[in-house]
Amino acid sequence: MITKSMTTLLALAASAGVALAKDVKIGFVTTLTTPAGVIGKDMQDAVNLAVEHIGGKMGDLDVKILFEDDGFKPETGKQVTDKLVKQDDVDFVTGYIWSHVLLASRKSVIDAGKFLISSNAGPSPIAGKLCHENFFSTSWQNDQTPMAMGEVLNQQGVKSIYVMAPNYAAGKNMVAGVERTFKGDIKGKDFTKWGKDAQLDFSAELAKAKASGAEGIFVFYPGKAGGAFIKQYQQAGLQSVMPLYSVFTVDSISLPKFQAASMEGVLGSRMTQFWAPDLDTPQNKKFVSAFKAKYGKYPSFYAAQSYDTIFLIKSAVEAVNGDLSDMDGMRAAMKSANFPSVRGKFTYGNNHMPIQNFYLREVVKDGDGNWTTKIVSTVYENHQDSYAGECPLK
Amino acid sequence: MDLTLVVIQCLNGMQLGILLFLLASGLTLTFGIMDFVNLAHGSLYMVGAFLCATLTFWTGSFIWGVLLALPLTALAGIAVEFIVVRHLYSRDHLDHVLATFGLILCIDTMTHLIWGAEGIAVPLPAFLNGQVELFAGIIFPSFRLLIIGAGLIVAGGLYYLVNHTRLGMLIRAGASNRTMVSALGVDIQTLFTLVFALGAVLAGLAGMLIAPITEASIGMGNEIIITAFVVIIVGGIGSMKGAFIAAMLIGLIDTLGRSYIDDLFKLAMSTEAAETAAPAVSAMLIYILMAVVLTFRPQGLFPPKVR
Repeated sequence: MITKSMTTLLALAASAGVALAKDVKIGFVTTLTTPAGVIGKDMQDAVNLAVEHIGGKMGDLDVKILFEDDGFKPETGKQVTDKLVKQDDVDFVTGYIWSHVLLASRKSVIDAGKFLISSNAGPSPIAGKLCHENFFSTSWQNDQTPMAMGEVLNQQGVKSIYVMAPNYAAGKNMVAGVERTFKGDIKGKDFTKWGKDAQLDFSAELAKAKASGAEGIFVFYPGKAGGAFIKQYQQAGLQSVMPLYSVFTVDSISLPKFQAASMEGVLGSRMTQFWAPDLDTPQNKKFVSAFKAKYGKYPSFYAAQSYDTIFLIKSAVEAVNGDLSDMDGMRAAMKSANFPSVRGKFTYGNNHMPIQNFYLREVVKDGDGNWTTKIVSTVYENHQDSYAGECPLK
Repeated sequence: MDLTLVVIQCLNGMQLGILLFLLASGLTLTFGIMDFVNLAHGSLYMVGAFLCATLTFWTGSFIWGVLLALPLTALAGIAVEFIVVRHLYSRDHLDHVLATFGLILCIDTMTHLIWGAEGIAVPLPAFLNGQVELFAGIIFPSFRLLIIGAGLIVAGGLYYLVNHTRLGMLIRAGASNRTMVSALGVDIQTLFTLVFALGAVLAGLAGMLIAPITEASIGMGNEIIITAFVVIIVGGIGSMKGAFIAAMLIGLIDTLGRSYIDDLFKLAMSTEAAETAAPAVSAMLIYILMAVVLTFRPQGLFPPKVR
């Protein structure tokens, strides 16, 4: 009898210990294996830098980050998400590079009553019908960046384009985005196989693009497919006849590799984005210079969004003085977007997607001869995604 | 339909076919002659690509990179045979699959440790980075043409090796009846090591040739090895001729499928449905071919004689 009550007491003490634990647990789901793991690494670096910059504290609470690998697969992403919310009982689940992984994992987090913050993926359903009060984004809705590119094409008087993208949720969104704003003619369209065994040889598609006679080519190929595409685009001699307009294809992860392989053709190529390493905000200057000092390379936009994620969570935790049970308080704090963002001040729409600027960027050499991107002009000011209207939230 | 485009797409299909042949020939040698299922064949393809990438940067020339990487890949193949594969010949296929699957994970992780996760883009010399006009209006990337040329030379060399040399005779005899070959006093162990190294070199060469088009990256072999298995099943396991013809067939079907199936579908359904269905169906085409071949000719199109 005595032993039994002792055990109960001990168990009580143990559970009380957990409840009193002074830390914020953040689950970060990204891709750490497969060649796309290099993106996950960049995000991980940025998160670690952010935690360092806030001294490992949010208010009085210690910050604990649990990184998980989705293996570039929706089913694995969902499994690790389940583990984070059920076994580790984290307070926030963030990360998510891929739209299909985010869509597969969304329900686990929402049903568990936790906050879900996307540090990259922005598939249309989550901005529209599937929007939720506990979901936030520090990136963009997939369609927005290509919509800005469509505007750029109009401004430059491009009459016709050929379109190529991978065959998955984000690929469809990107194409829908450019089609929504581009006023010219779309001469042809190819969706290619995506995932762990993605198609990387685009010989057939490039031959079709060339034969189509379009004035330009629009592509969305994140990760290593982007490098493969650009090389083959040059080898096929399309550079001179069909200028490249891309989104999320040329970034700080691929540029050093292009530079090492002397792929000069990529210099001067243009893309749209909500952010650039040279964006002139105090938080961005601090982030970019610290990232370069610590890791010896430019941060990618994936890194920038991940860095913002930590500061967004910090603003929420501090607004409720560390009372992590106050979901309403934290939600209201995040909704106000009252944190120093690398992109400068922005606001959240009713669907908790950022309403922000989009810029045209160009690949240039920096002062040290390294290849990077710089802002050419602002395409959209305070742009809201097109799905916000479908979201029932106010 | 544009005739120029059709010709270019056929060349693209041939180029893919050649790469598949380089991989499948090694696979069909090890599977057909040694009766050994080597899932890790794709890892040798990756190792070849990484070695070539490193040596290209080291020597400053892609050509030297390839020439130096070839013997190194052979050594890697011999090492793999010596350390792992040799102990598995007497086991059954399931053990082969398990062990070589483990080998894939080991080699992938080792590559990750040595070269990092990001992969390497391999630069080409200027004369290979452009295009050539074959005849009126047919402009083709010169490097892809080089792949076709190199592949055809290798195929010719293999044909000579297998059909007109003593080693080839032993290989053919081994494919027909292994026990009899060793009963006749041939050192089957050395023959196996040689065959395995030859397979490794062929796979490595394929990896070196694809690296400047895509890049050297971890897991690149695991993506293509499935297709190489389809090739040897369609061609007939153990048959070099079968591997060549099936590789060409599959290269062409895959490329032409990707090129024309959406136009074909648009005749029968809405544009949007066609755009969604086409990539899925064109990715399936080669498996449909395999299913058809397995139904009507389970031994493959060109099975080796006397099996």
